[in-house]
Amino acid sequence: MAPALRSKLQSSLLSLAVLALLLLTWHIATLPAATARAASGLTPEQIEYQKMLGKDPAAATAKSAGFPTPAQMGETIVRNLAHPFYDNGPNDKGIGIQLGWSLLRVGAGFGLAALVAIPLGFLIGMSPIVYRALDPFIQVLKPISPLAWMPLALYTIKDSSISGIFVIFICSIWPMLINTAFGVSAVRREWLAVARTLEVRPLRKAFQVILPAAAPTILTGMRISMGIAWLVIVAAEMLVGGTGIGYFVWNEWNNLALTNVIFAILVIGVVGMALDLVFARAQRAVSYVD
Amino acid sequence: MSTDDGAAFLTVEGLAKTYAGATEAVFENVNFRVGRGEFVCIVGHSGCGKTTILNVLAGLEQASAGHVFMAGREVAGPSLERGVVFQGHALMPWLSVRGNIAFAVRSKWPDATPAEAETQVEKYVEMVGLGAAIDKKPQALSGGMKQRVGIARAFAIEPKLLLLDEPFGALDALTRGTIQDELLRICAETHQTVFMITHDVDEAILLADKILLMSNGPRAGVAEIVCNTMSRQRQRATLHHDAQYCRIRNHLVDFLVARSRELSHGRAPAQPPVVSPGLEPDPVDAPGSAPNVVPIKAAARVASP
Repeated sequence: MAPALRSKLQSSLLSLAVLALLLLTWHIATLPAATARAASGLTPEQIEYQKMLGKDPAAATAKSAGFPTPAQMGETIVRNLAHPFYDNGPNDKGIGIQLGWSLLRVGAGFGLAALVAIPLGFLIGMSPIVYRALDPFIQVLKPISPLAWMPLALYTIKDSSISGIFVIFICSIWPMLINTAFGVSAVRREWLAVARTLEVRPLRKAFQVILPAAAPTILTGMRISMGIAWLVIVAAEMLVGGTGIGYFVWNEWNNLALTNVIFAILVIGVVGMALDLVFARAQRAVSYVD
Repeated sequence: MSTDDGAAFLTVEGLAKTYAGATEAVFENVNFRVGRGEFVCIVGHSGCGKTTILNVLAGLEQASAGHVFMAGREVAGPSLERGVVFQGHALMPWLSVRGNIAFAVRSKWPDATPAEAETQVEKYVEMVGLGAAIDKKPQALSGGMKQRVGIARAFAIEPKLLLLDEPFGALDALTRGTIQDELLRICAETHQTVFMITHDVDEAILLADKILLMSNGPRAGVAEIVCNTMSRQRQRATLHHDAQYCRIRNHLVDFLVARSRELSHGRAPAQPPVVSPGLEPDPVDAPGSAPNVVPIKAAARVASP
């Protein structure tokens, strides 16, 4: 126990050290003094000359603050987190609202995909005929970038928000479908033989033998799907605009508010990690040691 | 023991199996009967189709030819009348011991109340001596305990015929011994009819009333039926002191070492003779020591697959 605790402590310390190093590097890289010193090295004539060329060294010093310093970043984080749900019209909404929209779209698209993929995966996994029949479709559709569907979705659905959901649906369906089919087809023959000798009815067999046996594989598929969905939602929302964390990033880029962009990037990372953790938990809950 | 009378509980007639693509049958013309309450072991080398015969009896596999009748009705598919103990215990690892047995009990009596089902589960868990481990998952059990749960699950549905596919093959000798004793006790208490595959000659002599000897494949068959003429109260500890034990054992080993090969390719008789080597007088041409020499254990065990 003690060595385990010690190695855990060591790794935590190392993480903190890496974080500190990153922040320090960032801080030094964005130090306004660096350019100021460069400007101060110039003779007054040189400064005059540069001004005539339209390059004001003093202004450049001010402009170098364009990339935010860690302190400015901290300020933005605090400001954003203090009022996450404010709504000042279509182009100025709190991070909480934007995040809520994104999670809603991901949840809807992912949920619909699960509703289709898991029963269909069951069918494919149980029947080699269905598997062979559907395999070419899956193989062709799977490698298509979900965003490539966007124009088609916008044209047919005529609603940007639902198009976003459709894109999430189409990207999260494949890992779930393939993993469910694999998990179901790989259920140990022995367990099925037990079910057969006990004359277990098909529905009970599906829910009490095949589903628990395949659950770890199915959840792995769901976890992969969720990861992809969270990657795609940002890009999709940048395209369709309106609301969502992806739109927030793009809007703040248009505002040249880099601190907000960086803040959004951090939020995307943290939320993605949280979603993954949820599925990791669920995966652990259904896994079994054979 | 008068076992081959007309009141056979299980009748196997002209059973044969040829796998798709194979030119020769694995086994053919297999005929035997099992009486009610009898314990029958089938012994033979790997590849003679023992497991296939058991699967056909269980209804899990289709024979290419022949029929199986149980209690006057033809076996056409899996049934709750026949409990199976699988070679690799086949417990569902996501269920506890209780859950695994309850799954079987619920299958047999879907309308039972939770309390009734619970009683049935606990009764059979107690029977195999696992009361303390009832809420454990299979992963937390040793190999012997897992196989006990498998046995309890098969018994819990109170089948008319119990099929055991080499249930102790993966266990160490000590564990095997204790579970054999338990199985013997439970079968004596419940008068269970059992059909069991084994590779272990000693196990067969200890447990079985009748031992079916199978010739080698391809085209294997039941070549001989050996009656175990020893007292049914036999015990593992004293078994080898019985004078009959050596004769039966030598007979079985001789068959497996030499005659099983000679009788392959369909040379086994269609209606296997019933022999009782235990009652035969000792051969006179081997004076003194010979009949009492017990071959070493390794020689008696048939090579596992």
